[in-house]
Amino acid sequence: MKPTQRPAAQLSIALLAATVLSSAAFAETVKVGVLQSLSGTMAISEVTVKNAEMMAIDEINAAGGVLGKQIEPIVEDGASDPAIFAQKATKLVQDNGVVTVFGGWTSASRKAMLPVFQKLKSLLWYPVQFEGNECSPAIMYSGAQPNQQIVPAYDWGKTKGYKSFFLVGSDYVFPRTANLILKKHIALDKLTMAGEEYVPLGGSDFSAVIAKIQAAKPDVIYSTLNGDSNVSFFKQMSAAGIKLPVMSFSIGEQEAQAMGASLVEGSYAGWNYFQSIDTPANKKFVADYQKKFGAGAAVTDPMVHGYVDVYAWKAAVEKAGSFDVDKVRKAAVGLELATPMGPVKFAPNQSLYQKAYVGELDSKGQFKILWESKDVIPPDPYDPVAFPGKKCEL
Amino acid sequence: MGTYTLFVGQIFNGFSVASLFVLAALGLALSFGLMRVINMAHGEMLMLGGYLAYLTLLVVPGPLGILVAMPVAFVGAALVGAVIESTVIRRLSSRPLDTLLATWGVSLILQQAARNIFGAIGVGVTAPEWLNHSFRVETGLLAGLNLPATRIFILAVAIVVLAGLGLLMAKTRIGLLVRAVNQDRFMAGASGINVRQVDLAVFCLGAGIAGLAGVVLALLGPVTPNVGQTYIIPAFLVVILGGLGSLVGTTIASVMVGLFSALVQIFVDVSMSQVLLLLFVIAFIQFRPQGVIAVRSRALD
Repeated sequence: MKPTQRPAAQLSIALLAATVLSSAAFAETVKVGVLQSLSGTMAISEVTVKNAEMMAIDEINAAGGVLGKQIEPIVEDGASDPAIFAQKATKLVQDNGVVTVFGGWTSASRKAMLPVFQKLKSLLWYPVQFEGNECSPAIMYSGAQPNQQIVPAYDWGKTKGYKSFFLVGSDYVFPRTANLILKKHIALDKLTMAGEEYVPLGGSDFSAVIAKIQAAKPDVIYSTLNGDSNVSFFKQMSAAGIKLPVMSFSIGEQEAQAMGASLVEGSYAGWNYFQSIDTPANKKFVADYQKKFGAGAAVTDPMVHGYVDVYAWKAAVEKAGSFDVDKVRKAAVGLELATPMGPVKFAPNQSLYQKAYVGELDSKGQFKILWESKDVIPPDPYDPVAFPGKKCEL
Repeated sequence: MGTYTLFVGQIFNGFSVASLFVLAALGLALSFGLMRVINMAHGEMLMLGGYLAYLTLLVVPGPLGILVAMPVAFVGAALVGAVIESTVIRRLSSRPLDTLLATWGVSLILQQAARNIFGAIGVGVTAPEWLNHSFRVETGLLAGLNLPATRIFILAVAIVVLAGLGLLMAKTRIGLLVRAVNQDRFMAGASGINVRQVDLAVFCLGAGIAGLAGVVLALLGPVTPNVGQTYIIPAFLVVILGGLGSLVGTTIASVMVGLFSALVQIFVDVSMSQVLLLLFVIAFIQFRPQGVIAVRSRALD
């Protein structure tokens, strides 16, 4: 009897199995957030960082994912507005339930997101060099600390025999803090501070700044100008016939090509990565990126940091055997990673051990590497000369 | 290089900045003076001039490209001005707040168009070799004084434009018609002047001058979709300080603003000088609300 019930029972078992299977398939992915400015003034720089982060996610997925799960990136637009960064960060963590977020560029966007990640006990991977003077368990700072970019570039300047320094910057937190550190070092070394000038972000009139440079006759100019102001500065320097060396901290391969390589040819920059680094790992990375995004596509320091961040997270998750934020950030510390920028690892202060480089721009907008640090430099958020006694303890 | 040299150099820089401001602001003063239109898309005429210079230099490379670019940008911006005037402004002529919003919309459309056509990053316009040097005083009282050829060239362009505009207004029939409409639009119309054509001509002229300004600005700064926004605020400042709509007032105000910020910058940095400049303008307007030159026009009655 009950032969009629059998098909029904089978059907329900099949249905149940299907539900279990599909929910299992659903659980086979893990969500992460990618939060960069895809519109607004910062889009020029940040879209390519998003590209690099997405490329790392695609590569990891193609190789089998993380802990057997495929990564499902949720891309949001920070719209070059710190308030929107904070809002989108909240949305990613609370509504989308991402396990971690890769993103941010300006210090203002990072400062806006910091309280969100602290409150929601999540983790942000920040890929850009910055002014230091901040440390939080909620952020992995892979971009250079001042002692890995600004100070090495200053020390390099000393070895070149520069005795008199002129500082020019856009008027916001990064240039002000960077120059504060430079000034303390210049004073400590008993060298000459020839001048310090700030122009509002996006400012285009450098006539007075150039007059003061001509009056002060420095050996070298250290520039923390950002964005379009760089174009005005270099054009007006060239119009005034000034041939002084300039060391910039915000001009990478991409910016140089956009400004017109001839305009900035011969100027110096300090970074932790150049597209021209001659290692097999970097050549493969550049070739892979250009295969995806066009043969002439420039690769820059923040892009590589974005790419490295994704791999660092993957390695930390696998070491921890879990996506849990606390376990991941503890596992990330001390984990050795082989990357296009060479071997790196996170320090207990959640910043990256990395090398520093100084390069000179050529006529194609690429850097000729003039100097590199002997080894990776331990990151220090609080420069001991400028902020004595301050320590980062997490 | 002594402080005396720095002082003289800053006076030169003040006039240089003034020449940029006056070129950027003349079109605004013209269209406001005649039509009471606040044209928010004026900055985009500057931007257009910059991009037209870039395109001209692609077609005519070499030392004289920039001289070809100036008439091209003038005509190009004037034509776009004609389109804006006849499609938007004419239809809203008696509603100043609506023109303000509509021209702001036009400004956003033009910026986005530039972004889509040329990319968000901006394009490179480099000064030709004959402009890329500077005149140096080597000895004497002003030893070390350095005058870039580019800035002298821009000063010359501004003087030529001002002189040309002055002649046009004082000596030609077009100038006579513009002055007539400016004094009393209604009576001018009643005595047979085609007021709408005069409006169109003046608006095109203003846009054309802005296009020209865009070319010379490209020698000193970037050409990006939002370059117009950088200059529109100082241009408005100069027009307000000069006495709304007065060409002489606009010129004097440009020189005042240029010299003030250049001389203040001997002592403070650029950020601070902008704060002081705004305080100066506010104080000036408190004591002289009509601006440098009071415009007497029946249009205001």
